[in-house]
Amino acid sequence: MRIDCPLCGSRDRREFYYQGAAVALARPAPDAGEAAWDDYLHLRDNPAGQTRELWHHEGGCSAWLVVTRDTVSHEISRVVLATDAREAGA
Amino acid sequence: MRFSGWRVLREGLTGNKGWTQHWRDPEPKPEYDAVIIGGGGHGLSTAYYLAKNHGMTNIAVLEKGYLGGGNVGRNTTIVRANYFLQGNSEFYSHSLKLWEGMEKDLNYNAMHSQRGLINLFHSDGQRDAFARRGNAMINQGDDAVLLDREGVRRYLPYLDFDNGRFPIYGGLLHPRGGTARHDAVAWGYARGADQRGVDLIQQCEVTGIDIENGKVRGVQTTRGPIRAKKVGIVVAGRSGQVAAMAGMRLPIESHILQAFVSEGVKPVIDHVVSFGMGHFYISQSDKGGLVFGGDLDFYASYAQRGNMPMMEHVMEAGMTLMPMIGKARVLRSWGGIMDMTPDGSPIIDKTDTEGLFIDCGWCYGGFKAVPGSGFSFAHLMATGDHHAPAAKFRLDRFRTGRGLMDEEGTGAQHNLH
Repeated sequence: MRIDCPLCGSRDRREFYYQGAAVALARPAPDAGEAAWDDYLHLRDNPAGQTRELWHHEGGCSAWLVVTRDTVSHEISRVVLATDAREAGA
Repeated sequence: MRFSGWRVLREGLTGNKGWTQHWRDPEPKPEYDAVIIGGGGHGLSTAYYLAKNHGMTNIAVLEKGYLGGGNVGRNTTIVRANYFLQGNSEFYSHSLKLWEGMEKDLNYNAMHSQRGLINLFHSDGQRDAFARRGNAMINQGDDAVLLDREGVRRYLPYLDFDNGRFPIYGGLLHPRGGTARHDAVAWGYARGADQRGVDLIQQCEVTGIDIENGKVRGVQTTRGPIRAKKVGIVVAGRSGQVAAMAGMRLPIESHILQAFVSEGVKPVIDHVVSFGMGHFYISQSDKGGLVFGGDLDFYASYAQRGNMPMMEHVMEAGMTLMPMIGKARVLRSWGGIMDMTPDGSPIIDKTDTEGLFIDCGWCYGGFKAVPGSGFSFAHLMATGDHHAPAAKFRLDRFRTGRGLMDEEGTGAQHNLH
């Protein structure tokens, strides 16, 4: 599995740390309540198919990336910088 | 048909023509008292104990593929009760006791072999942690022996004891730990359930869960609708998709875990050996293959196959620990879909829908739990009350933060177990 880092180009999966579903882009407010925080921390869609994830290019440029990946085929269709994804409101 | 030594002899002398099929292949009925979704190890044992312990025989197991075709047929077959935390400790202790009586109970040879399991340690701090774990196991009524370096050498003389990075300081021996023939466990429970009247329905995928006024009414399947007052979801890595049919989101992310087997070699590894610092463990099957594995690939996956980086890591760890296996050739590798919870411990609980129950979150340790999980889940489904050894496997522990069972002490977060 290779990930196409927008800053570094195509790199081996070993350079990246997997954080999980890209829920961190929409972190609830501190006082959002128990249900919102449970949702954010624990509950997952866990799809068999397309999913958006956060990966950290730990062994490279250290950028956080939003990776669109298929959990059945492992195919990666899109990689963007997390800062760009956040500014785009995605 | 009952199995016995006499029967084997008689069949051997008469051309093996008297063996009969293990279970029927029934058509689904329009209604059952209870339906189990998932014909894997846990689903089949649940059905068996519902029938045996609770007299519920008008029940069905619905399996989208074939019986035992998921993780119960894809694991590394280890059976143990070496947990540390309250909640896990009493559950796995109960499950191991069920293992010890299972073959007689089922009249089925599951090749359960209590050959002993040794967890190695490589520092003073790790020795302390294992001494503490061993004491917890003994307090639970199970067995544990703390071995020093020479003690390990007596059992496992072939290890590289003076490895520069991970010299072996000793190990925690769990004598009642061991392995079993994984498929036979599923088949034994399937046969036992079928003999008690349970309908095992294969090639029957559940496509919807019918709920009216907060109560479960039945399921929709590829072989038609089936009514049921009670429905149990026992689908391991697919828990997220099936729970979604009932409008639920679960604290589960499905990950890939790989395993490997070498060509058959002469008996060389007599125990289950685990090398936690290298994320590597190994045993030898009765056929001679070295069965080994390591850690998750660490990304969400339903592929049932992994990638090269973790293969390489596992092989390196194996060579670090026991260089003697270097000339054995790997025969095949495979992957299973692990239903990972944030704290690494399972869930056996009711849901917000009346009559709908869930048994999931076994992470990478579901095989040894097959008897205990079925026993406790059957108790919950039949009586509505939690079975004492599994009473802490609550679904709401993540929301409330109470009763989290994080054996590794790394934090109750999705990517840490």
